[in-house]
Order: sequence, then structure tokens, then C-alpha cells
Amino acid sequence: MQPFTTLSSRPTPFVRDNVDTDLIIPAAYLKTVSREGLGRGCFETVRYDAEGQPRADSVFDQPAYAGSQILVGGDNFGCGSSREHAVWALADLGFRCVIAESFADIFASNCFKNGVLTVRLDRDAVTAIAAEGEAGRAIAVDLDAQTVTTEDGTVHRFEIDPFRKHCLLEGLDEVALTLDRHGDHIAAFEAADRLRRPWLHDAA
Amino acid sequence: MGVAKTLYDKIWDRHRVADLDGDLALIYIDRHLVHEVTSPQAFEKLCLAGRPVRRPDATLAVPDHNVPTTPRTRPIEDPLSARQIDLLRDNARAFGVELYDMTDRRQGIVHIVGPEQGLTQPGLTMVCGDSHTSTHGAFGALAFGIGTSEVEHVLATQTLLLTKSRNMRVTVHGRLGAGVTAKDMALAIIGRIGTAGATGHVIEYTGEAVRALSMEGRMTLCNMSIEAGGRAGLVAPDDTTFAYLKGRPHSPQGEQWDKAVDQWRALVSDPRAVFDRDVAIDAATIEPQVTWGTSPEQVAAIGDRVPDPAGIDDATAREAAERALDYMGLEPGMALSDIAIDHVFIGSCTNARIEDLRAAAEIVRGRRVAASLRHAMVVPGSGLVKAQAEAEGLDRIFRDAGFDWREPGCSMCLGMNPDKVPPGERCASTSNRNFQGRQGPGARTHLVSPAMAAAAAVTGHLTDVRRLTREEAA
Ligand code: SF4
Repeated sequence: MQPFTTLSSRPTPFVRDNVDTDLIIPAAYLKTVSREGLGRGCFETVRYDAEGQPRADSVFDQPAYAGSQILVGGDNFGCGSSREHAVWALADLGFRCVIAESFADIFASNCFKNGVLTVRLDRDAVTAIAAEGEAGRAIAVDLDAQTVTTEDGTVHRFEIDPFRKHCLLEGLDEVALTLDRHGDHIAAFEAADRLRRPWLHDAA
Repeated sequence: MGVAKTLYDKIWDRHRVADLDGDLALIYIDRHLVHEVTSPQAFEKLCLAGRPVRRPDATLAVPDHNVPTTPRTRPIEDPLSARQIDLLRDNARAFGVELYDMTDRRQGIVHIVGPEQGLTQPGLTMVCGDSHTSTHGAFGALAFGIGTSEVEHVLATQTLLLTKSRNMRVTVHGRLGAGVTAKDMALAIIGRIGTAGATGHVIEYTGEAVRALSMEGRMTLCNMSIEAGGRAGLVAPDDTTFAYLKGRPHSPQGEQWDKAVDQWRALVSDPRAVFDRDVAIDAATIEPQVTWGTSPEQVAAIGDRVPDPAGIDDATAREAAERALDYMGLEPGMALSDIAIDHVFIGSCTNARIEDLRAAAEIVRGRRVAASLRHAMVVPGSGLVKAQAEAEGLDRIFRDAGFDWREPGCSMCLGMNPDKVPPGERCASTSNRNFQGRQGPGARTHLVSPAMAAAAAVTGHLTDVRRLTREEAA
């Protein structure tokens, strides 16, 4: 996983509530067996009309936001389907951080596993940061300090679980970490469970 | 006596392998269901790292999202779908995981197959790379959807690093009225608390109306917990649960059955357990529900009208309602029962079990699909549900009425196979999501119960199913 430390970029404002993962990446794109190249389908119906022409009212693909690495969403961002493709698609469009009022649980976890930082802030802060994007100003995200800072020096602090923070900062592979640190614990759990619930183990 | 615990607390504590920093714990996973769409990238990474599947015996693979619902003897036309299913087959073989392939009678939607086979049991932790894994909570199992990276983590370690959720209790007092189902209950709850209402929480459903539900009904209810934002939904196991499980292929047998039931009986929230959030609903106030928008919270009783966004104070919610009505092609103030339907889909992990098909067939019997409909289809949730329905003659009732009777799979619930609602057309659907484009690009979805879907099919518009049953009684 690519480590996440600091990021400075103009944020792309897309402040809608209940943005679901079907909207972020429609089912047609889930037929891939790879994690790459999903940017094409990302927010397809927001970016293109039924004829496949770019929509003028879409904030995505506008030259002003080219290279933006921060997406600003509303409440309950990433709800619905568990598809990790949504995060792969956002990452493929260049986003490494999503700032929103709240996130659906599975989406937030999927982001974390892919080195994409989710930042939860209150509605006023989200609105203020979206306005920075509209005004063409960059903001700075610092994971270690747990802050989002705007150009005028306003600092928004955010919370993050210490373990997740550590993994993101270091870019750690979680599977290897679990096997290294807890391989013995898992084996012990299984041995005890075999006695407690034998029917779950002898089934094979 | 320790502290009073909720059912969720008890399952959580029983599966803690290790505590980590913060609120994180390493949780053991008892069962892992795998399907073709969210697993290829996970198996690929296992291959690259040279890791085996830790517990193939605790893992089951079933293709469901992509499978065509036409006869299984035909080849899959879409090469991408075929490739995902081939890959699931290859991975299952390479890693020693059991697979219910497309021609296996046990194949079906993974959340219908697990309970049917007795793989879903009280007190288990269960995961699948699919958000509707919440369905299995109907048995008092802690079951939830995970992303592909987590699928890989479970395959390799049989554990997950999880933050404990908060506890929420939804109590449904009293009794549901005639013609009102678990689906209406689920939609009414979402309408009340919103699609983010249970974010960060595990919901436990209790109350007389929940206890009165069959296992099928409880599965429908728990299925839609994710639509309320919940990490999982739970119903404490009871005699209804045990009666359903007894004698299923993967249920404990003989002495082990008794031992298991003893353990299962302890799986209830302690009387004084504290819930972070408590919601109570009176079942008698729940009417048959229908969604009018593009989020499951945009729902109303069938007797209501399409709401006017102008009456919504919050600007973001108002814009969302305006966008939804525009997408759905509806005018504020129109009666929901005046909305004409082009398609009817009876299927999905929400409502494609035998009881759902019986409820729909009950309405369809002796009637015809309205001439104005383009297409009405029934997609049984599994091969075994299909066989059961055929043994009861339900297939003939549907076919005689003009329904298409299909092979099992996810089908028009998400349109990854050829079953799609064409752009701009309108579908009454027993599935769980009315998101933009969910049933196909530009498709317009109204979520309803199986009986309500049947009523829409025979009348050609959204209809209060109780009108039809009253006609019959008269
Ligand atoms: S039936 Fe629909 S909701 Fe259920 S698993 Fe399949 S696609 Fe998901």
C-alpha cells in the first residue's frame, strides 16, 4: 500500500448526501478482474449524458480541477454496495483523500485498505472546504497532525483510529501484519473453538 | 454477574482473537461466502503472495451476480461475465474451496443459499464481499459485507481487523396488518430513520411483530439493514430459528445438535443491556410501502402522494428530492397508485425465497399480467427454491398469468447479467435498491413487497394489494 502522509491540492466539491457506490461506479464496470482502469466509469452518469457526451454541469473533468486529489462529499458518502471498485475508481481518477460529513462503514474501510484517507468533518467545515475548491484555492491535509488547513490558515482537526493512522503513514500490508503478529493467537482460538463448537470444524 | 451485554456484544466477545490499539480488535470469522464479482482481485493477491486459503472448509463459493437466468445449457454470451465465473471456478479449484457451480441445484444467490444449506447459524460471524450479507443476521449471526481487500484478509487469516460498532435496537410492537409484510416493515423503518440512520451501528430487531415473522421474513428485514446504514442486523434466535435449521445439510446433527441449541439459547441481549440508540415503531401503523425516489429512504405508504420537494426545508435534501423526481419522471402531488409500470421483477436476496413466491402467486392466481406491461419476471433465489416452487405448482400460476419463469441468480436486482430495465422505463421490484441506474442505465425502480409487485403486475400500475384481496373476499 502506498503510504499517506501529507497532501496539498485543490479540492473537488461534490457535496451531495447519500452518494452511493452504484453512482461512484455502475455495475457494468464490476466485470473487471483487475483493480486498474476504473476511472473511466467513475461517476459515469454524473460526467456523461446518455449519448456519452461530457456534461457541462459536471464538476469532474473540468480543467480547473485537473489534478485534484481531494474529493469533498456530503453526509453518508459511499453508502450501498460493498464494491471496493468504488475506491479503485476514485483512486484511478486521482483522488487520495475524501472529506465528508460522514461515510458509510464499508466504504470507509475500503478506502483505508487502499491508502485513501477519509476525513470526517462537520457540515460547516465541509461547506467551507468545498467553497475553497470553488474559489480555486488549495487545502493541505496532514495525516500525522490530523489537520486540514485552508489558505487563510484555518485549521480543521479530524479524528482517526491510531492503528489505521499508523498503517496509512507506513503503507503497511495488513495481511502480512496479521499473520506475523497474530498467527499464534489465531491458531489458539481455532484449537479452543474446535472443542466448543466441533460441528463448525469437522464439517469439511 | 458481569456487565449486561447485548447480543452483538456477546458475539463480538466470543470472537475476539486479539485486542489492538484503539477500538480495534482482531475478530475470528466462522463462515465466508464468496461470489464471482468481488473475489478475483483477492485471489489474485493470495496467488502473488503464495498464501493458501486458511479454512477452505469454512468457505463456500457461488456464482450469482453475473449468471444468466436463461437455461443453463446455453453458453454465457457476455465474455466478461463468463470470464469472472470461469475465474471463480479456477480459484475454487486451486484453493480447495467448495463451489456450487451454475448447473448445481444448490446454486443461487449466495444469501439465499447459505441459510438454505444450514451454513448460517446463530452466534456465528459471517462475511461475504457483498453488503447484503446482513441477511444472515436473521439467525442471530453477526453477518456483514466486506470489501475485496477484506475478502483477501479473511481468505488468508480467517480474521478481520474491526472497530466495534455501536448498539441500536429497533422494536416493532404489535402486529402487522393483513397484506403488510416484512418488506414493508423494513422500508417503513428506513423511511423513519433514513439511509444513514444506523451508520456505525449494528441493529437488533425485537418486538412482537419481529418475533412473529418467519425466518424468511426475518431475512428480508435483516437484508435491508444496510439500506438503513447499519453494519449488520440481528434477530435473536428462538424456536422459529431452530425449527428452520433442524435437518439442513450443514446444521449440526445428533448430539451436536443438542449441544448447539443449548449454546444458541444463550444468544439474547441481557434484560438490562444498554443500547446506544433505541427506536420503536407500532406495527399497526405500517401500510404497504413503495419507494418514489432513488434512495430507499424516499418511501411512502401506497395510499400517499409523491411529495413536493418545495416542502423540504433542508437544502441538500430538497435538491436530492428534486433530482430524484426528475430522474424518476414523477410530478409532485401525484397519487402513488396512479404510477403506471412497465416491468415487474420478483427476485433478489431480499424477496426470492419460497414464501415470497407463494405470497406473489397468491395474488397472481387466476389473474393475468396487465396488457400494458412490457415484461414481468420471476427469478427464484436458488435452484432449490425453484424446484420447491415447481413442486407446489407456483411456476404454472406465474406462467399462466404471463410471467417469465427464470433460472436463479441476482438478475435484474443489479443488471450485471442481460436482465435489465431499459432506460426511462419503470419497474416495480422486490429488490432492495432503487439507486439511479441500479437495474440498468436510466432504469426507474419502485421497491415493493412480493405481493405488491404481483398486484402491480396484474393491474399495470402501483396498487394497494389489499384492494385485490378485498375484491377476492367480496
Ligand atoms: S440479489 Fe441483488 S442485492 Fe442481493 S446479492 Fe444479488 S445483487 Fe446483491
